[in-house]
Amino acid sequence: MTEFVQPNLIPALPEIVMLVMTCLVLVVDLFLPQEKRGYSLFLAVATLVLTALTIIAVAPVDSISSFGGSFLLDQMAVTLKLAICVITILVFVYSRDYLTDHDIYKGEYYVLGLFAVLGMMIMISAHSFLLIYLGLELLSLSLYAMIAFNRKSLAASEAAMKYFVLGAMASGLLLYGISIFYGVTGTLNIDQFAQVVNDKMSENPIPLAFAMTFIVVGLSFKMGAVPFHMWLPDVYQGSPTSVTLFIGTAPKIAGFAMAMRLLVDGLGDLYADWSQMLIVLAVASMVIGNIIAIAQTNFKRMLAYSTISHVGFILLGILSGTATGYASAMFYTLTYAITASVAFGVLILLNRRGAEAENISDLSGLNDSNDCYADLLAIAMFSMAGLPPTVGFYAKLSVLQSVVQIDLVWLAVVAVLFSVIGLFYYLRIVRVMYFDKPLDREVTIKQALDVKILLSANGLSLLGLGIFPSGLMAYCVLAFS
Amino acid sequence: MIEAIVFYFFAVLSVTTATVVVTVRNPILAALFLVLTFFASAAIWMTLEAEFLAITLVLVYVGAVMVLFLFVVMMLDINIARMREGFSRVLPLGIVVAVIMLALMWSVVTSDIFSLEVMVKPAPRAADYSNTKALGGVLYTDYVFAFEVAAVILLVAIIAAISLTMRKRPQTRYQNPSDQMKVQKADRLRIVKMPSSGEES
Repeated sequence: MTEFVQPNLIPALPEIVMLVMTCLVLVVDLFLPQEKRGYSLFLAVATLVLTALTIIAVAPVDSISSFGGSFLLDQMAVTLKLAICVITILVFVYSRDYLTDHDIYKGEYYVLGLFAVLGMMIMISAHSFLLIYLGLELLSLSLYAMIAFNRKSLAASEAAMKYFVLGAMASGLLLYGISIFYGVTGTLNIDQFAQVVNDKMSENPIPLAFAMTFIVVGLSFKMGAVPFHMWLPDVYQGSPTSVTLFIGTAPKIAGFAMAMRLLVDGLGDLYADWSQMLIVLAVASMVIGNIIAIAQTNFKRMLAYSTISHVGFILLGILSGTATGYASAMFYTLTYAITASVAFGVLILLNRRGAEAENISDLSGLNDSNDCYADLLAIAMFSMAGLPPTVGFYAKLSVLQSVVQIDLVWLAVVAVLFSVIGLFYYLRIVRVMYFDKPLDREVTIKQALDVKILLSANGLSLLGLGIFPSGLMAYCVLAFS
Repeated sequence: MIEAIVFYFFAVLSVTTATVVVTVRNPILAALFLVLTFFASAAIWMTLEAEFLAITLVLVYVGAVMVLFLFVVMMLDINIARMREGFSRVLPLGIVVAVIMLALMWSVVTSDIFSLEVMVKPAPRAADYSNTKALGGVLYTDYVFAFEVAAVILLVAIIAAISLTMRKRPQTRYQNPSDQMKVQKADRLRIVKMPSSGEES
């Protein structure tokens, strides 16, 4: 009889706090009368703040693993988890007025959002294939329900259905790849796995490459890289804007973490194989994303294609295979999530009761009616386009630098070329806001003070990080040193 | 020898019944054939000495999931003809993709890398070895985190299902157990004085 070994629970304390608090929110929300529903938001934000504090409290100097090595808390995990908590707080606060306006203010939005955050945190810290898969399923399941939870909207149901069916298939592919890995190496633990791969590589790499193909396909589906991007525009457009705001920001960070854990930590020895695949995916994403975005009239759809092109950039950083490349990809992911939260945050404020403002034409003349928000959206667009002095410029620069360092200059040239093409549709938004005639209908934006402060700070942080990127970059470099 | 016969019998059975599941027109029959597929898979697991998984498959999938599924199929009026629309239109493309995938996977899987010499069969365990005990040993130590996460996924599934389907409709009739418990004799029963049949005559 084997001895019962008590696993070390301390590294997983943030997840445990999160789960307990989320269950508390779930139960409290059930007994809150309708007029006091505002407390759900307060509790959800309190949960995230408490979790963030716990993450800081348990943050190790180097790295610490638990549960038989299947759980890893390292510098990357700490930084990414904190970023997810902060961004989710922004998302929750921005969504409040939208949800009340559309009569879909329900505690479930926050509860499912918190469970999605829990899933992302598990994905980030997972150091076994099993946990990565479980975290991913927890995230996906919460997102499916969040998309569909406005039952009156047919488009939302359609988006949820598409996401669900395609997401289930991608999970199946990922799981199939994992099962072959398990068959070949006999372990699910990424540390042991990497060792076995190292031994097997010299014998025969084909079974590993065979399984890796499925992993890369599943991964690129979840990240939304071309040619596995079909779900993204429909889901962005069909979901309630509050959910689009959520999907468009925090899960990108989790997707990056999943790619790092699977490809770099687990399959580092097969770098030569997967970097080739990522080159194809990255180039296709930048080409398709930027070109199709030009043709969009729907702002959410345009941002979806813009996301696809940004995923291409993140993949560029990962495929460079160097510590600076990983750090730049991490920096890119974090700053993209911050930028997207500004863009969607402004969009969500434009939504009025009964009327979804989601077409680009709805933004015309925004500068005349709400110059503050027009400025914020313009900063976000400049940052996505990669214009200095916004943070997007520095993020793109550092990714390109890492690609040039491994002598893939042609790849950097392609990336720059398609960024210039992308400039067109970002600047079109700015033109529509500043130079087009205002709409006939009165566009007044509700001026809730907390939203105003947070959104302004969020928007100005794009400038601040653009001028002083070294602080955040230092954390990204630290994660891979 | 006997092991090979058992394996091939159940392997052929599971592949055949799985094919029937997707080709048969009647959904009830499809569900019943799926039950048979599960039984055959359980038997194959048994030959792999994974008796806990085999029993769980029968208990959970056959005993609970498929019975529930049969209930749903019988209660809903599913229009099979409509579901099959467009099937023949996309079939050629589907076959082409499937054949290419199959050929590629075949070329990898049947090559020497997955041969029996490379993938050695593990030595059989002693007769008193308990698969269930071994699972229990790691489930609450190394895998306790994954185990708890799986439980959270189920919780989210419950929340999602309830929040997506529950709606308060005033005309819905439902029982109130509290009211039922508190009911008094006087609320339900009315004693009426009537002439008995004997007095009448």
